[in-house]
Amino acid sequence: MNKILLIIKREFLTRVRKRSFLVVTLLIPVFFAGLLIIPILIATSGSEDKRIAVVDDSHLFLGRFPDSKGTYYKYLTNIKIDTFKYEQYGYSGLLYIPELDLKRPSGITYYSSGQPGIGVESNITKHVNDIIEEKRLENAGIDREKLAAAKSDITIDFKSGADGKKGNSAVAYGVGYASGFIIYIILMFFGMAVMRGVMEEKVSRIAEVMISSVKPFQLMMGKIIGIAGVGLLQFLIWVVLIFSLQLILPLFFSAETLHAVSEGGGVMQSGGNAAAIDAIEKVRYVIGSINWTLIISCFIFYFLGGYLFYSALFAAVGSLVNEDPTDVQSLTFPITLPIIIGLMIMISTVQNPDSQLAFWGSIIPFTSPMVMMARLPYGVPGTVPYWHLALSMVLLVVGFLGMTWMAGKIYRTGILMYGKKITWKEAIKWIGKKY
Amino acid sequence: MNLIEVKNLRKDYATHKAVDDISFVIPRGSIFGLLGPNGAGKTTLLRMITGIFYPDHGQILFNDRPFDPERDIQSIGYMPEERGLYKKMKVGEQTLYLAQLKGMREKEAKEKIKYWFDKLDINTWYNKKVEELSKGMQQKVQFISTIIHNPSLLILDEPFSGLDPINANLIKQEIFDLSKSGTTIIFSTHRMEQVEEICDRIILVNKGKKILDGEVKQIKHDFKQDLFRIGVGTMPNFAQMATWHFSIIKQEDHAYTVKLSEGSTTNDILMHFIKHDIPITYFQEILPSINEVFINKVQEMEQPLN
Repeated sequence: MNKILLIIKREFLTRVRKRSFLVVTLLIPVFFAGLLIIPILIATSGSEDKRIAVVDDSHLFLGRFPDSKGTYYKYLTNIKIDTFKYEQYGYSGLLYIPELDLKRPSGITYYSSGQPGIGVESNITKHVNDIIEEKRLENAGIDREKLAAAKSDITIDFKSGADGKKGNSAVAYGVGYASGFIIYIILMFFGMAVMRGVMEEKVSRIAEVMISSVKPFQLMMGKIIGIAGVGLLQFLIWVVLIFSLQLILPLFFSAETLHAVSEGGGVMQSGGNAAAIDAIEKVRYVIGSINWTLIISCFIFYFLGGYLFYSALFAAVGSLVNEDPTDVQSLTFPITLPIIIGLMIMISTVQNPDSQLAFWGSIIPFTSPMVMMARLPYGVPGTVPYWHLALSMVLLVVGFLGMTWMAGKIYRTGILMYGKKITWKEAIKWIGKKY
Repeated sequence: MNLIEVKNLRKDYATHKAVDDISFVIPRGSIFGLLGPNGAGKTTLLRMITGIFYPDHGQILFNDRPFDPERDIQSIGYMPEERGLYKKMKVGEQTLYLAQLKGMREKEAKEKIKYWFDKLDINTWYNKKVEELSKGMQQKVQFISTIIHNPSLLILDEPFSGLDPINANLIKQEIFDLSKSGTTIIFSTHRMEQVEEICDRIILVNKGKKILDGEVKQIKHDFKQDLFRIGVGTMPNFAQMATWHFSIIKQEDHAYTVKLSEGSTTNDILMHFIKHDIPITYFQEILPSINEVFINKVQEMEQPLN
């Protein structure tokens, strides 16, 4: 028992101490943060001030474009737009509005030398439309305030299940897809890490030295558990980092910018406070519609279960590989195939969590870690009855034990085989072998 | 007083019998040679003695008790033919790790490591990564990690392969020292000449079968062909050498190799030379090398098939 602890410790420490561990652990949150920040940067690009010349022949828009941070409108009259060199006067663009027929307005053009940027484009479009809309309302004799009061923007609570728990398909879809996909990545990434670890032991010829001190099974399990520890630590760091990044993020961007981006580039109208409160309401509603305790504990269960189920197989593959790296592909294929099939079923399951495919996919241990995670956010015991979950979990544990036992047998023989190309067909025969 | 007794050991692979009914004993404190050509079944035999494989049939007694890998593995140090170290690990950490896996406590292991690193003069490597060392240096580290836990049985499979003559001699000296201090050593090789130099007892295996075993001296004696070499001061003429006591096998400059005839004694040979007044400078029995014995035996085995 003490020996397996020593092995776990070594496997854990050698990986955690590596520089690449630090790099990967730190770069991935930076990458995700980048995914969040870059669109904002693009949307608010052109940090230098933009001056936009407005030539308004319709006389509807004079003084109606609000200046915002970094964007200023200048209204010009008596200008021939064909010959006017707006760049020479320091304008980044020229907005030309011809005389307009309010029923069929056309011909509004924005001239600029480069791309104007999404922010400017959507801003101008929005204001032009708003102003024309307002004029039309005025002409039709409709009171603007009455119209605003009559507008409807209701969120409907879709309750499901006997206890009438709140549910939301879009949220369930998002959470299901994300957790299923993360499990897929974990299986592939850490499975490969186990395989490489075993290959290293075989190629560097330390396997037999080790086997003369510990049982092959101890060596294999020590490696698998050690790498699981690395994975858990990495997740912990990521959770902390992502959480703190989210806290830091607003410091870099004004709330206004963030909101503008989330509104699709539009600028906040009057009553922005109400919109913000509404948004907070929505977030609360979304969070409330999911049983997070269940989802998170099931995620940890399926993450560990799926990892343990597959990592023993990856270890077995590692033990079959001889120096030739081309072997790796042909040998890993039978293992990566069910994982990829699981991903496919998962993608179809988030759209259709009640289907036969979703049911079987979430029961069979080869695919259940991914598929069950896609079904769970739709509700337990609504979409997923308790017995589905229980059966799936029991089968995963049984599957993991059986798989580890079989893989252990292959590993034991494979790790001592040198200089011979081994096929799966041969390897499977070793399962029934005695030593 | 045997440390190991192997009785009717058998191990079959899918295609062939790797070890076919082999029995032998290893006396405590001896250096025991396990000899045979490549593919004879040596490694399989060793893997059974180290508990890596279970025999299909037969029994191994270790310290007069049935061999129990769980318990006895701590008393064995095994340096397999396919050996290596974790390349990215530091030399000191690695040795400590392997020592701890053999059940040593950290403090005890560190003291031992210091002792051996000093002895083999590799103390400066403690914090170097294995991949930074030359192959010969790695072999030294490998040797230390094999013997660090003071095993009562040391198994060395082709220990000198990849070693330069200086390091080979160093390791050889350590083997002798360990043997003197009571360690039983199994030395597996296909290089016969090393065996005569090092081993007290040997077993010869070929194609999974035992060909012969026993003390090296005894085997050489058993397989001698009554050949003698006589050094002479002056070369006699042909007629002077005619006798029925011996026949001349080979004639060299100032020396003859002769075969003693049946019923004659060595003194008859000497008397013949003295009688003819041929000055004798030396007289020596020629014993077969283990290599010759081995080749003879293998050919003998294969004869009936032809």
